[in-house]
Amino acid sequence: MFDGISTQLLFGQVLIGLINGSFYAMLSLGLAIIFGLMSVVNFAHGAQYMLGAFIAWGLLNYLGVPYWGALFIAPVVVGAFGLVMERLILRPIQNLDHLYSLLATFAAVLIIEGLVRQEFGSTGLPYNSPLPGGVNLGFMFMPWYRLWVVVFSIVVCFGTYILIEHTKLGAYLRAANERPEIVESFGINVPRMISLTYAFGVGLAGLGGVLAAPIYQVSPSMGSNLMIVIFAVVVIGGMGSILGAILTGYLIGIVEGLTKVFYPEAANLVIFVIMIFALILRPNGLFSGKEGYK
Amino acid sequence: MTRTLWLGLLLVALIAAPLAIYPVLLMSILCFVIFASSFNLLLGYAGLLCFGHAMFFGTAAYVAGYLLKTYGVSVEVALIAGTLLSAAMGYVVGIISVRRSGIQFAMITLAISQFVYFLLLQAEFTGGEDGMQRIPRSTLFGIFDVSDHMAFYYVTLTVAVLAVAFFYRVVHSPFGEILRAIRDNEPRVESLGFRPERYKILAMTLSAGLAGLAGALKAMVFQFATLTDVSWPISAEVILMTLLGGLGTLTGPMLGAGIVILMNDELAQFGEWALIAQGVILLLVIIFFRRGVVGELSALWRRLRPSPDQNQDRG
Amino acid sequence: MPSDPQPILKVENLEAWYGESKALHGMNFDVREGELVTLIGRNGAGKTSTLRSIMGIVGNRTGSIQFRGKELIRKRTYQIAQEGIAYCPEERAIFASLSVAENMTLPPVLRPGGLSDKDLFEAFPNLHARRKSGGSKLSGGEQQMLAIARILRTGSRFILLDEPSEGLAPVIVKQIGTQILRLKEQGFTIVLVEQNLQFARLVADRHVVVENGQVVDTLTPEDLSADLDRVKTYLGV
Ligand SMILES: Nc1ncnc2c1ncn2[C@@H]1O[C@H](COP(=O)(O)OP(=O)(O)OP(=O)(O)O)[C@@H](O)[C@H]1O
Ligand SMILES: [Mg+2]
Repeated sequence: MFDGISTQLLFGQVLIGLINGSFYAMLSLGLAIIFGLMSVVNFAHGAQYMLGAFIAWGLLNYLGVPYWGALFIAPVVVGAFGLVMERLILRPIQNLDHLYSLLATFAAVLIIEGLVRQEFGSTGLPYNSPLPGGVNLGFMFMPWYRLWVVVFSIVVCFGTYILIEHTKLGAYLRAANERPEIVESFGINVPRMISLTYAFGVGLAGLGGVLAAPIYQVSPSMGSNLMIVIFAVVVIGGMGSILGAILTGYLIGIVEGLTKVFYPEAANLVIFVIMIFALILRPNGLFSGKEGYK
Repeated sequence: MTRTLWLGLLLVALIAAPLAIYPVLLMSILCFVIFASSFNLLLGYAGLLCFGHAMFFGTAAYVAGYLLKTYGVSVEVALIAGTLLSAAMGYVVGIISVRRSGIQFAMITLAISQFVYFLLLQAEFTGGEDGMQRIPRSTLFGIFDVSDHMAFYYVTLTVAVLAVAFFYRVVHSPFGEILRAIRDNEPRVESLGFRPERYKILAMTLSAGLAGLAGALKAMVFQFATLTDVSWPISAEVILMTLLGGLGTLTGPMLGAGIVILMNDELAQFGEWALIAQGVILLLVIIFFRRGVVGELSALWRRLRPSPDQNQDRG
Repeated sequence: MPSDPQPILKVENLEAWYGESKALHGMNFDVREGELVTLIGRNGAGKTSTLRSIMGIVGNRTGSIQFRGKELIRKRTYQIAQEGIAYCPEERAIFASLSVAENMTLPPVLRPGGLSDKDLFEAFPNLHARRKSGGSKLSGGEQQMLAIARILRTGSRFILLDEPSEGLAPVIVKQIGTQILRLKEQGFTIVLVEQNLQFARLVADRHVVVENGQVVDTLTPEDLSADLDRVKTYLGV
């Protein structure tokens, strides 16, 4: 149908785009949740994702804990790490200009990445797929593990969305996002809620890292390059918009995959080009209307 | 008057410095003094956190290197070309990114710099992953040979002094006043009939130009330009220099540049520890010493020797 | 009426700051069980700041706030609320991203005795009719009703109300007055900030006059009726 482009290639790249999009969506979702409640742009999100992958790797290689165990343990450990980070570096500067929290979490990236690289070196570590093989769909080959990543990430993203939009817990979050001091005046421990929300967002990043381990190499820099893309996704979707983050994440992944098919040279660039056009055409973000979570 | 004396002493020290210290290290500090000042102009005076400042630095390094290698232009032409190109880039980036302020401005400039990184990675003339090697130090004004380290040190010193003087002029001009007013209270400046966006874009242009000058100079000092020059760790380094030295102080970021370069030099043999140390220092500065070295020192100075007029505004 | 001589709220030398600027300069007053006390005073006198200071929603505060014998000055906002104080802010603070029902049921039950969701919707039937719509879509009067209603859920028997009549039509003000009187009959203790004297004198046991962040006078309802002119100069009307 498109001359010279096989459907095999087309669907293959769309699948890769969807996989990448799954990570974009999960990470920008966590970023949006954290930003919505704390007005903190968590620069360490990529490093925390990388930690998730390394913890999964360590669990397997040192303790023999398989992937499915790591899928639960690593996010909890990374989330706990987030709790400590929030206490130590975000709490002391919470009343300052938000640029400081961006810079502080960025400093954390330098430390975390540096330590991991010091310990494990820069080259990637392999992590075998827990679901080898796949199924031939006729027009393309679908590896089981990739299918699992796409499905699981969709469940996680939309599960989180429903949690925030349609539950009591989410109502607290949305309300505290608007007027934290009023929510606190109802007798709710908002500072603890903020800590836990940060931990949850960070835990999502850790979960993303575990999911990524069998697909990409487990390496110290796997997070920082991704992080910049995530920033672009969040800018395109509109800061703090939950649904915007999820949809933009998947969309950008797919567009990137399609670009690889039709114009491979631009595949790295397309996200940023979209961001620039979005800024010019929709200065407030694709999905923005009102303030707060949507 | 004491100030003139101090400046004179400093200049003498700088002129004599290469006799005692390896000139390339000194030149590298001077390049980063310019670079840090350009960053300070944006963050310290206009309140704009450009998280991708390396794009101006690195692009100018490539352009200067390309002109020197391919056309053998003279030193000042390479410097001017790098500066102008980066300034133009700063103008364009400014137009795009000042649409959002604060934290989003930081994210957008970071993303655009990554875009520039990939562009340069794919461009033919940069040499891709290998970078651009063996950039010649051609002649100054087409006549003077400045290719040895000593001679080039004085070229670098002159350029740095001129750049710092320019920075000083900008900060103390009416334009600089308006920038500070925008930083402190943008709505108010807007209500007085100014258009903050235009001033921010101009600040971006000037700052990017200075960063370009630093980058072009750097290409000649080290005689190579690589992707590292456009990468985010360089952007991070200039942020650290500025905050460590003292945000919005005139001399702080220059001092910060010196400290960070020397520290990197010392820690270079310890692998990743240089980066880790940068992170730790940045964190400590943010949490405990937000005024930076120069800011804290001058606050201490004021407390120890309170003069009557300062007593009033310091409370 | 104040049969219990021990005040349940005792505010002494309360000072409060917003950043650098000082809003309260040593407030002294107390409130007894079952009483309805109003804070009156002109705009910017510090009435809202007093309530916010009691709740711990100011930059910094010093002095003493004793509630049922416990010192609140060092406590955090949520701990103060958990002691049994409910706060209805001047700007109502209905959450726009929550539905009416979500707004209504947001405050947690802190102690027994709070109204159930069913009771609340029965007491405020017009809110029930609009329970699915967004919080920002309510009229001013409905928002005020909702702001009062939701804090009744917590079971707190001590309520801080900031200008519930502000900007509302007389009919609505009357409805709100009825609600407040009903609360009083049920034994709630209420501190009410009110500029509307007609409204204030109908419901209050005592009026505390605030000026420049200090208490300058305390009036009984009789004082208020007898010397309306003096009171009007206090209010600057
Ligand atoms: N968020 C704030 N930041 C700085 N100053 C404030 C703030 N809120 C109030 N103030 C100042 O504190 C003083 C007291 O204000 P407050 O709101 O308590 O007055 P009020 O008696 O409630 O007035 P009104 O009748 O207008 O509601 C005023 O001078 C006001 O300008
Ligand atoms: Mg008020």
